[in-house]
Amino acid sequence: MMTFLGYLVSGISLGSVYAIIALGYTMVYGIAKMLNFAHGDVIMVGAYISFCATNYLSLPAWLSVLLAIIVCTVLGVVIEGLAYRPLRQAGSLAVLITAIGVSYFLQNAAQLIWTSNTKIFTSIVSIPSLRLFGGQLTITGEAIVTVLTCILIMAGLTFFTGATRMGKAMRACSEDKGAAQLMGINVNFTISMTFAIGSALAAVAGVLLCSSYNTLIPTTGAMPGIKAFTAAVFGGIGSIPGALLGGILLGIIEIFASGYISYQLSNAIVFAVLIIVLLVKPSGLLGKYTPEKV
Amino acid sequence: MNKLKSMKKSTRKNLFTYLLVIIAYLLIQLLQGQGLLTRSLQGQLVPVCCYIVMALSLNLVVGISGELSLGHAGFMSVGAFSGVVAAMALRSSIASPALRLMIAIIVGAALAAVAGFIVGVPVLRLQGDYLAIVTLAFGQIIVNILQCVYMGVDAAGLHFRFDNADLGMTDGTTIISGPKGTVTVEKISSFTAGFFLILITLFIVLNLVNSRSGRAIMAIRDNRIAAESVGINVTKYRLMAFVTASALAGAAGALYGLNYSSIDPSKFDYNTSILVLVFVVLGGLGNMWGSIIAATFLTVLPEAMRGFEDYRMLVYAIVLILVMLATNNDQLKGLLSRMIPKRKEAVKHG
Repeated sequence: MMTFLGYLVSGISLGSVYAIIALGYTMVYGIAKMLNFAHGDVIMVGAYISFCATNYLSLPAWLSVLLAIIVCTVLGVVIEGLAYRPLRQAGSLAVLITAIGVSYFLQNAAQLIWTSNTKIFTSIVSIPSLRLFGGQLTITGEAIVTVLTCILIMAGLTFFTGATRMGKAMRACSEDKGAAQLMGINVNFTISMTFAIGSALAAVAGVLLCSSYNTLIPTTGAMPGIKAFTAAVFGGIGSIPGALLGGILLGIIEIFASGYISYQLSNAIVFAVLIIVLLVKPSGLLGKYTPEKV
Repeated sequence: MNKLKSMKKSTRKNLFTYLLVIIAYLLIQLLQGQGLLTRSLQGQLVPVCCYIVMALSLNLVVGISGELSLGHAGFMSVGAFSGVVAAMALRSSIASPALRLMIAIIVGAALAAVAGFIVGVPVLRLQGDYLAIVTLAFGQIIVNILQCVYMGVDAAGLHFRFDNADLGMTDGTTIISGPKGTVTVEKISSFTAGFFLILITLFIVLNLVNSRSGRAIMAIRDNRIAAESVGINVTKYRLMAFVTASALAGAAGALYGLNYSSIDPSKFDYNTSILVLVFVVLGGLGNMWGSIIAATFLTVLPEAMRGFEDYRMLVYAIVLILVMLATNNDQLKGLLSRMIPKRKEAVKHG
């Protein structure tokens, strides 16, 4: 029973990280209709910035996270402006390949700057672990912070997209870009803002992910990026609660699969669940079903 | 000459394609005979052939059938592993390496076709980005499962274990060893075999594209609902393109697997699928020639840049982004069509 609870806690913690990354994917997909393959690598950049700030500049933890958020936000906006904006009218495949190019670029630039040696990321969380049931169940400080951050971000984003002017503009753009432009919404600016928010979230996710797992290499972001994207699809792409649900479920499934079935096969099981969900409900768990019109 | 003129335009174009591939092969053989190829370039010959076959087959799925598949390398891995097992198991009974290679390629293609069918039936119910993500997931699952496979051969025959390294053999050779992949493989692939594989692939793909089935596949790509309403069996034709492409990828995989003494299954993860997709998109969707050239050029390019080792992948990434930006730039397209009048027509059709 205690192992079950332990797995559940680490599953929810990992799932929260996936959920934060998935939010970035889902927002960008919702508004720009593109798979931003480079999103996973922005996570890696965020983690490296935080790593350098604490290890080389000896900045306090909160400042290193803030620095990572700022750098990633700027990076996200620059990537969108240089690589994706010129392709706004092009086919989805052209944008996809460009995103792959950006992803390669970030990975290789990181390898040049920070070398491919594994960096030991010291956790930025200083909260002590929580011991329950007479020490039988330990909840790490990282897990608590990750889950709390995720809840905070979800609440903030729900408020932002629901109640603010910018949030309304985003929803309008994702519904119909042409009509939004006619209503006086600056579509390019709105899309830039979406990338900025997504990248800031990626920085947070990167720091949290590396705080829990402690290792950092230039390809750190690739696999979590892919899994977070499947989480976004799983929950219904374009839907913010869907990203949360998909992320957390994916995290729990992954930890349970590696704990109870086989560590080797855990990724295969995660993807198999995704496939089954998509076959039964092609628009994801909370996605909107759009019938095809002739 | 008159006979050549009276042929259909597509037939003439296809004959020309075969001819150029044969000339390229003879030219490389000549250069190799003269000792003009560097060692690293010689080592690239078989992989280039494999990637060309991969690109041609993926072009059938992405360019002709219009489905974005991100798991093509998964089928390559099925072909590679089954081909290696077939070649190693027959080592004592068949002496000729060429014959063994041929059997390995056929076995690889057949098993990859089966995998393609199993994956294709559920996956092809989906469309667009969902199809892309599910093919990506399937590619990862195939690689993940292969990482748990252990196989060996001894006097009693083949031994197989799943997620368990103990094969229970006393004096056999291990062929597949879990996450380490294929081990102690006898390298029997050759450039000539790769050349024939390219010719066969071209023959299959070009004939399929120019047949009744090929036109049905393209009709589905252009407008699925319209195609369905004139009585085209959508599932059948989409599956036909997908399974054919999987089989060809399996054949390429068998050739690839038998070119190295050991290959780790993670070689075939989504990075390789994406690499092949890059060849297809840069070469031009539906353009078989483009796939051949892009695959050759982009495989040799990182090798050719060995001088500045550290920066080569960075340059590769920048080239990729710039090419995509340039080919999708309307001003540049307009300029090109003004400069070359023939292109106007091509742009209209494209």
